[in-house]
Amino acid sequence: MEKVIEIKHLNKSFGNNEVLRDVNFSVSKGEVVCLIGSSGSGKSTLLRCINLLETPTAGEIIYNGDNILDDQHDIKQYRTHLGMVFQQFNLFDNHNVLSNCVIGQQKVLKRSKEEAKRNAINYLSVVGMEKYVNAKPRQLSGGQKQRVAIARALSMDPEVMLFDEPTSALDPEMVGEVLKVMRKLADEGRTMLIVTHEMEFAREVSDRVVFMDKGVIVEEGPPAQVLVNPTQERTKEFLKRTLK
Amino acid sequence: MSLDIILSILEENWPSYLRGAYMTLVIAIISTIIGALIGLFIGVMHTIPHRKKSMKSVILKVFNFILTVYVEIFRGTPMIVQAMVVFYGLAAYGLELDRFVAALVVVGLNTGAYMAEYVRGGIASIDKGQYEAAEAIGMSHFQTMIHVILPQVFRNILPATGNQFIMNIKDSAVLSVISVTELFFTTKSIAGANFRFAESYIITCVIYLIMTLTATFLLRYIERKMDGKNAYKVEQKQSI
Ligand SMILES: Nc1ncnc2c1ncn2[C@@H]1O[C@H](COP(=O)(O)OP(=O)(O)O)[C@@H](O)[C@H]1O
Ligand SMILES: [Mg+2]
Repeated sequence: MEKVIEIKHLNKSFGNNEVLRDVNFSVSKGEVVCLIGSSGSGKSTLLRCINLLETPTAGEIIYNGDNILDDQHDIKQYRTHLGMVFQQFNLFDNHNVLSNCVIGQQKVLKRSKEEAKRNAINYLSVVGMEKYVNAKPRQLSGGQKQRVAIARALSMDPEVMLFDEPTSALDPEMVGEVLKVMRKLADEGRTMLIVTHEMEFAREVSDRVVFMDKGVIVEEGPPAQVLVNPTQERTKEFLKRTLK
Repeated sequence: MSLDIILSILEENWPSYLRGAYMTLVIAIISTIIGALIGLFIGVMHTIPHRKKSMKSVILKVFNFILTVYVEIFRGTPMIVQAMVVFYGLAAYGLELDRFVAALVVVGLNTGAYMAEYVRGGIASIDKGQYEAAEAIGMSHFQTMIHVILPQVFRNILPATGNQFIMNIKDSAVLSVISVTELFFTTKSIAGANFRFAESYIITCVIYLIMTLTATFLLRYIERKMDGKNAYKVEQKQSI
């Protein structure tokens, strides 16, 4: 399968705290990969390294054949190909729902206002938020905010979607609506890399599950293997703790 | 002291009072704008991203140091002294500023020193997640500032800017030491001629109050306008 993102020997330290150690892994076109692991194991850092919100200490990040850590590489251009969804939504508070989804298309992709709006409305419909175009983020519930954040990322027409615990900051009754949207995207064949603690969801939607612990990838494979019959001791322990 | 006297002073001198009040307002408005721009500039300068030990970082450090020195000097000395130093000090070096220009320089720089802190606080108060979200969709630092951060900072610092404006209406009175013909200086001339100090200054007092209260009122109004409606309309059709 065609690899969209390939990570080779990635290391990341904060001071002398080694957070990622020799991480090697890839995401192929159309693949849904779930990244699991206990808190502090480096999942967010890995995701943030992929779109360069953090600068890796060493290693390579290959996107469609190019090493984006080369000095020459246009980082802003690269980032438009990755849609990032954060745990805390991070909507632009001064923009309404529609404008949150339009601003990046206009300013970064230089699309016309009309085109950007049409595209935004289209994706807001996908997440079921098209009726709230005029609302400001502060007027929305957590689940609604996250759905808008997903639409904002989709509006940039990225090749890969990155999710960092998109439901962890939500009240339990709102988790479902966000997972539903993500399921829909997975069914459409989108390439997705998802950090999540929702094991049931991971088992259902992912093509591959990656288990991380203390900055290294311990085990990866199809969900039926990693989540049901893990081979590594650390994976077993983790699952025992979380599935309890 | 009586109302008759006040009225007769007013009748005789109202054009002077008006001109003085006008001058005070003009100085307060322009210098508040200058100060806000300086404050924004300094606040934004502090946010420019740079790699450690790069040339850019050295230049920024030096620049930010100079700006910090400016802020501390203007916040740490009385404006009345600043006015003397700017006007007479520069004149001693052959740079004779117009009194009005000197007034704008002093009050503007003074306001800027305070506004810098407000802006820095205003920028810091915005959740870092919004910068990251902007970065993640490929926006530049400049675009993020213009389209996401600064509009929120404007709203955050509006009350402080308004306060500063009201302070400037009042504190511009110290400019009388360099003979700027604002309201206080004008009153001094009027009272000096009619020897009715109490009455002449009571009028001035009322004029200052009218100006500051109006400013307060306007500010509240603008704040409410900026906050917009609390409710939003749910679109029934799929259109915009
Ligand atoms: N900006 C940072 N500075 C210093 N340490 C950090 C920073 N971000 C994360 N870390 C550290 O890196 C480790 C992994 O964090 P993180 O990637 O957030 O884990 P996870 O997302 O799996 O919970 C933690 O020990 C955390 O304290
Ligand atoms: Mg995390």
